[in-house]
Amino acid sequence: MIEIDAITKCYDGQPAVDAVSMTVESGTITAIVGTSGSGKTTLLRMINRLVEPSSGEVRINGQSTREEKPHLLRRRIGYAIQGHGLFPHQTVARNIGTVPRLLGWSKDKVRERVDELLRLFSMEPEEFRDRYPAELSGGQQQRVGVARALASRPDLLLMDEPFGALDPIIRTRAQEDLRQIQQKLGSTIMLVTHDMEEAIRLGDRVAVMDGGKLVQYGTPAEIIAEPASDFVAHMVGDVERPLRLLSLLPLGDLVEEGEAEGEPLPAEASLREALSACLWNGKQAVPVERDGKVVGRVTLDAIRARAGHHG
Amino acid sequence: MKWGAILRLVLVLLLLALVLRPGWFTPVFAPLAPAGGPVIYQRSSLLSLSLSHLGLVAAASGAATLIAVTLAVLVTRPAGTAFRPLSRTITNMGQTFPPVAVLALAVPALGFGAGPTLVALFLYGLLPIFENAMTALSTLPPATIEAARGIGLNRWQRLTRVELPLAFPVILAGIRLSVVIALGTATIGSTVAARTLGEVIIAGLLTNNTAFVLQGGLIVGLFAVLIYDALSQLESRVSRRLGR
Ligand SMILES: Nc1ncnc2c1ncn2[C@@H]1O[C@H](COP(=O)(O)OP(=O)(O)OP(=O)(O)O)[C@@H](O)[C@H]1O
Ligand SMILES: [Mg+2]
Repeated sequence: MIEIDAITKCYDGQPAVDAVSMTVESGTITAIVGTSGSGKTTLLRMINRLVEPSSGEVRINGQSTREEKPHLLRRRIGYAIQGHGLFPHQTVARNIGTVPRLLGWSKDKVRERVDELLRLFSMEPEEFRDRYPAELSGGQQQRVGVARALASRPDLLLMDEPFGALDPIIRTRAQEDLRQIQQKLGSTIMLVTHDMEEAIRLGDRVAVMDGGKLVQYGTPAEIIAEPASDFVAHMVGDVERPLRLLSLLPLGDLVEEGEAEGEPLPAEASLREALSACLWNGKQAVPVERDGKVVGRVTLDAIRARAGHHG
Repeated sequence: MKWGAILRLVLVLLLLALVLRPGWFTPVFAPLAPAGGPVIYQRSSLLSLSLSHLGLVAAASGAATLIAVTLAVLVTRPAGTAFRPLSRTITNMGQTFPPVAVLALAVPALGFGAGPTLVALFLYGLLPIFENAMTALSTLPPATIEAARGIGLNRWQRLTRVELPLAFPVILAGIRLSVVIALGTATIGSTVAARTLGEVIIAGLLTNNTAFVLQGGLIVGLFAVLIYDALSQLESRVSRRLGR
């Protein structure tokens, strides 16, 4: 558990982060969103003390981060940034193995870990291990950057716009990968983004920042259904709110008995996908399947009712 | 590339022959020597002069590299930025001071021999290395440095594992410049009795023997070209790996 307690950072008397308090549960993804200059990066960097807070403190599992030497603290916390920051003079394997080596892991253990991570990110170790960062595509560099941050199995991973530089398709794929990896490893992730879509898709919790202040902190559904201010509503995108809400809800919740024509959708798909299928095919309902067997249908009326019945 | 390799090989062989078997070149240099005078320099062996010449250059350049890089590291740390203008002035002065003047001033203090030459070469070599190292260390990619800090490298680890390796090609370019200047400048060390290839050239000038002058100049020139080439190759190999 990470407790951020009234943390403030002032530059020349101007607060960049203003008395932010929040608690992050272990094993969850927290997405920090906000406009440019709202203090997201500063907040994130105060957690691993790349920036020293002007006041307030951060506790990780009850222990204040001030009690440890900054560079030792940072070895326990994964850190990945936009533009990956890979070491251009070192191979992929050496880059990923940096922190484990600093922690004194044996050579074999480091090599094993590197290969494991490369496979996790669907990069064949034989092919990529000995390449230099300049010999990778942007998406691959980014993945290696995240793999490096994960290498020593940190409980906490901080990511500052890790997918900022990727094109939309690779970006979506990287987000899905991160979700899967996070679930597999049970790590706690705090991720900065200025894209509300990404925050909603990835975050168990979303923290909205504006002018250095934390203006709302809640689940994606709460943020969409009950924005705490006009600013948050605007961030969510007023027009798209119903669709955003539907994209969070699985089909399974609204399944009813009955027949429907067309290609069945899996129960884990979102209501947004079901709505889209109905509209596209001009049908009133779509069939739903679980484990390859049709278990019922979801009707357009039910979706409409659910979208209207928010909060 | 292939022609480059052949040319390089030819130059190496020519240099080896000039130093180890100078006698072979008697017919070539004979027209330039005064009538009846010696054609090939024989007062001391060209090999031992070459080695001593290279030794002086290596020692002076080594010391200059050590001091210049250390200085550049210090002034690029947050605590050292205040000293940047001062250290620039000092190394610039080293460069503007004519080497002959350095020799003249150093002889009373250090006596005749290798000492004054080493001092002159050292001072002369500082500036290019310092300037390059300082530029390289203060223009490293910020994301890389930030990541190095963020994943838990301490100051020393960042310097030795990230900053210096990344700055290396540019520092190497400074060293290359400095070494080539030193190879040429070392010849004047012979005026204060340092054992360098300058001895051959000066002997030629004193006795009006163009053959000697050419012989000495040719050897020094070939050393300079080949060392410059070798360091360039090393540099481009390193920077290719960095993807530049
Ligand atoms: N080292 C610094 N010195 C002075 N001011 C700073 C410094 N770092 C950040 N700031 C200021 O603090 C505020 C918050 O910056 P921060 O980098 O946290 O914003 P951000 O939300 O990450 O923005 P972006 O989305 O553009 O990355 C900005 O107004 C910025 O100018
Ligand atoms: Mg930022």
